Amino acid sequence: MTATPPRTAEPRPAPVAAPPDAATRARRSSWRRAWPAVVLVAVLLVVWQVYVDVSGIKPQLLPSPLRVLEQGWAHRDQLWANTVPTLQVTLVGFGASLAVAWALAIAADFVPWIRRALTPLLVASQTVPIIAIAPLMIIWFGFGMLPKVLVIALVTFFPVAVGLIEGFAATDKAATDLLRSMGASRWDQFRYVRLPGALPRFFTALRIGITYAVTGAVFAEYVGATAGLGIYMSIQKNAFRTDLVLAAVGVTAVLSVALFGLTYVVERLVIPWSRRG
Amino acid sequence: MAELVHVRLDDVRKGFPGTGPVLDGVSLEVAPGEFVAVVGPSGCGKSTLFTVLGGLEPPDSGRVLVDGRDATGATAPFAYMPQQDLLFPWRTVLDNTALGLEVAGVSRAEARKRAGELFEPFGLAGFERSRPGELSGGMRQRAALLRTVVLDRPVLLLDEPFGALDSLTRADMQAWLDGVRATFDRSIVMITHDLREAVYLADRVLVLGPRPTRVIAEVVVDLPRPRVPDVVTTPAFTALEERVHHALRSAMRGPVTRAQRAGGSGLGR
Repeated sequence: MTATPPRTAEPRPAPVAAPPDAATRARRSSWRRAWPAVVLVAVLLVVWQVYVDVSGIKPQLLPSPLRVLEQGWAHRDQLWANTVPTLQVTLVGFGASLAVAWALAIAADFVPWIRRALTPLLVASQTVPIIAIAPLMIIWFGFGMLPKVLVIALVTFFPVAVGLIEGFAATDKAATDLLRSMGASRWDQFRYVRLPGALPRFFTALRIGITYAVTGAVFAEYVGATAGLGIYMSIQKNAFRTDLVLAAVGVTAVLSVALFGLTYVVERLVIPWSRRG
Repeated sequence: MAELVHVRLDDVRKGFPGTGPVLDGVSLEVAPGEFVAVVGPSGCGKSTLFTVLGGLEPPDSGRVLVDGRDATGATAPFAYMPQQDLLFPWRTVLDNTALGLEVAGVSRAEARKRAGELFEPFGLAGFERSRPGELSGGMRQRAALLRTVVLDRPVLLLDEPFGALDSLTRADMQAWLDGVRATFDRSIVMITHDLREAVYLADRVLVLGPRPTRVIAEVVVDLPRPRVPDVVTTPAFTALEERVHHALRSAMRGPVTRAQRAGGSGLGR
């Protein structure tokens, strides 16, 4: 090239690379965001503890948080042995749900009549009272993994599938036109624009889904299982061990929060370009 | 480099359910290597004209001819630059500019090499690995134009390429586009709202009437090339700009006048 068009004098923007102390600052800012929640939880626990100590209420009725912690620790082997199957069933159920949601959402994106057929079904799947369906699942499929996987799939499938279908459909018409003008096939449009464009929405749906998944697993186990946090809670309740029920609730909460946090890690790895406030 | 072609639009009509007719028999020609600017009242159907010309929407009637052959619905002769820059945040600037070549089946490495060679002349050198969000408005438009030019198609369709820029950056970009045009010999059709931009850049300005639209006036810009920024203050330039302006004004008055002539209340269509 011989003739070079004139370049406009535009100053280069300041380097955007993160300064070395970015990690420290990120930690500090996340603490600034988190402290009100932490303080609130601490205050509630203290009020609860003081109330139990002062009122002299029977521990079978309402155990103090310290007692829950102490008894939970004493029964940690049992709790752990029941956490593993719950985690397992959650991951298998949610994994199955994700796989089906992706397959159907992609099919719905390519074939309009599939989309029209699916949408009412997706909405209907959310109106099914899980409290009525879960026991039926046990009757139909026994005490194994299958009924629990199905319950989890039923409660998590909707948010994920809808998030994906809407994410694909939210693609800018102008972006589709641009790709078509380049000569892109429908599949090219999907992989270059529709799919990456839908990922931020998918991760939002994933976060909703994963918390439903843990709750769904515990609920399905509560109705009938050989092991798991749900059936553990049910057994301890019948033995009036409210402290151990609450200890199991605490474990469930920690599990949910950990899985929830994990989705952020995965999101940052998969779509580092998506910035959130 | 792509062979230059002759483009003709022959009595093109297009309407949409709900909005009614938009293009009401648009005919125009673009000579090989010619720069044609299209101006018209807001919402008159300029963008619709581009979607038909670029093969994205079929016309209800009429044809697009390239070198005399029917090319209605064909996207291959045209490189289209939409109003928004549409640089995708999940791709680096280099990968964004190489997208069209990748879609065309060029290997990723080759596509990046070809796009990368244009970063220097497009004033984007050093920003290959940046994300689009890190670029200024002017640089984003240059990247979008690079993505269009690198496709190596004979006709560029630019839909208000500088509409979103501030006036200083816009003046810079206009001077720069004139330079690009001298280097990369293509036919260019550009939609714009800016009459001065139209006269400054084009060989010919087409004025569209209100919707449903057709070409109602043509102003040939016989100013010498290359155009220097000072040209805008010359009497010849202002006379041309005034002619375009006048054609556009009478275009906008058009339907009211017709209604008045028909003895209507002057409320328009």
